Amino acid sequence: MRVGILGVGLLSAGLEGWAKGRQVLAGTRPFHPTAPPEPDAALLPANERRRSSNSVRWAVHVAEEAIRQSELSPQNVATVFASSGGEMDVLDKLCRALATTERVVSPTLFHQSVHNTAAGYWGIATSCQQSSTALSCYDDSCAAGLLEAVTYAAIEECPVLFVAYDIPAPDPLNKARLVTSAFATALVLTVASSDRLPASMDVKLVSSDHGNTTEMPDADLEQLRLDNPSARLLPVLRALARRDTETIHMNLLDDQRLLVEVES
Amino acid sequence: MPPAERPMTPLTLSAYTLVTANGRGVNAVTHALRERRSGLKPCNFEDASLKTYIGRVEGLEDFSLEDGVERFDCRNNRLAWLGLQQDGFTVAVAEAKQRYGADRIAVVMGTSTSGILETERAYRNRDPQTGALPGWFTSRYRYTHNMFSLGHFVRSCLGLRGPALVLSTACSSSAKVFATAARYIQAGLCDAAIVGGVDSLCLTTLYGFSSLQLLSAQPCRPCDEDRDGLSLGEAAGYALLEASDRVRRKGAVALLGYGESTDGFHMSHPHPEGTGAIRAIRQSLDRAGLSPFDIDYINLHGTATRANDAVEDKVVCDIFGATIAVSSTKGWTGHTLGAAGITEALIAALCLKQGFVPGTLNCERVDPTLRSHVLRENQTRPVRRVLSNIFGFGGNNCSLVLGVL
Repeated sequence: MRVGILGVGLLSAGLEGWAKGRQVLAGTRPFHPTAPPEPDAALLPANERRRSSNSVRWAVHVAEEAIRQSELSPQNVATVFASSGGEMDVLDKLCRALATTERVVSPTLFHQSVHNTAAGYWGIATSCQQSSTALSCYDDSCAAGLLEAVTYAAIEECPVLFVAYDIPAPDPLNKARLVTSAFATALVLTVASSDRLPASMDVKLVSSDHGNTTEMPDADLEQLRLDNPSARLLPVLRALARRDTETIHMNLLDDQRLLVEVES
Repeated sequence: MPPAERPMTPLTLSAYTLVTANGRGVNAVTHALRERRSGLKPCNFEDASLKTYIGRVEGLEDFSLEDGVERFDCRNNRLAWLGLQQDGFTVAVAEAKQRYGADRIAVVMGTSTSGILETERAYRNRDPQTGALPGWFTSRYRYTHNMFSLGHFVRSCLGLRGPALVLSTACSSSAKVFATAARYIQAGLCDAAIVGGVDSLCLTTLYGFSSLQLLSAQPCRPCDEDRDGLSLGEAAGYALLEASDRVRRKGAVALLGYGESTDGFHMSHPHPEGTGAIRAIRQSLDRAGLSPFDIDYINLHGTATRANDAVEDKVVCDIFGATIAVSSTKGWTGHTLGAAGITEALIAALCLKQGFVPGTLNCERVDPTLRSHVLRENQTRPVRRVLSNIFGFGGNNCSLVLGVL
């Protein structure tokens, strides 16, 4: 399945936005992850932004960056949000409240606990009524989400915003699922042909016999790729940044690979 | 621009199975529907002190997962396992594996809360000094609470090696699994798919819906003039989907169409005009190549909250008029959240196979402000095409059209 890439969003320490991040990934600027960035998520109304979880703001922030580049109206773009654990912050707060004798749960916290919270906030902020999916495939959530998004774009012939995001869980939940660096990324995908397509990718599902998972040549970026399930997209982003034609192997459930041939 | 709609190749439900508070397997569920026996009982879940009714599946405390799947042991996966044992489902999957190969069958599951009950228990058992979660939990989070746990478990139990994922869009989760599976089959990513959903009772949803003041103190009464909220339930259901041009069987139940949309309005209130829901229903009809007049019965989302039933009534009347028979089956099962999509799709399959339409259990007097033709009593008559609606948190909507080939 071949899809055009109309926009890219990226946020992580040392990769603050696609304009800077692409230089880092192309090797023309050093990778210096310092303090984790603070997402703007300016699209969210002020009161929603204040109430929203960290992971919602990270997801909305990169979604907004990618959509802006695509020049598409978000109302015409379906969405696929992939995250291994979703709202770990909210789940921590909920389970703390449920462990008390009073068990007082805030209604806002409860509706923010669903896996499609980020997808929902995006849809509300953009008044979008297109299909929206939220999914998980543990460490391979990013590959599964990309496959879902590309398949949607190809079969439904509708542009798709793909967002992958995972944020470190708070203590003590982080002992159950250790992610040390926050990472969020987004792609706007379309099958519509256009002269101004900056890049495209051809995605195939194959067995793991086709070769090993593509790693990042830079040791620090490879560590980031392994640390955060959403950072598994880094080799694809690197190929886009280098304006390369390159085939990336993404692991999918150990017995399969997603073969992503990037043309940029 | 919305996508150009065209009829899809129907997907045959070659095998299916369902466990709800009404019993294990489709026969038990059918008998309860026919005999109008509700599965809702006063809440006795753990030590929850809530005045509400629940649709609890019996027996989940009486066994644990063994034989190489111990690490998956939690209420949600026990219910998932119980579901897999009914109606010869694993035999049907084994036959499909022979036909297609294990790598050509996808697993697409839906759940809203996965095994969160384990995390709730772990938080009650934190180390009093350090606040650390117990080791029995941290080492098994991946296999119990993580959202993919259900997909991992079902794929392992069935010995499948195709693509797998868990969709979690609150109540619409296991309705949307049909749409994803249909696309995967059409795209050639697989030849068949196991679709399904499992959601189990937990304190998160009981106290969460209570905080939203959406739980009824009585068994839920969809479409009743005095309805005052929902009853929570739990369920597991699965279907084996195959392209009908490969397994064409006259009389088989098939997915004819699906429609997916969002409200883009509010996280927990439906859009007052139901514009998102209308979009999902119209898309499902278009994909099936059908007009509203071709539908014989609508299984409503019908949660029995004031807001849902009123908006859904408006939506249904706008598209279908006021004569088509509609009902909600949540008076039998309760609202099974992430498993509601598969539960109600399979109830639709039972109506199609057996020629009956369930009335709306617990609805004593239909709300006079509702315009649609709400059935209170069961009917026995041939049914050829059913629409099933699921609307959920995040304004996430999915409608399915099922029919007899």
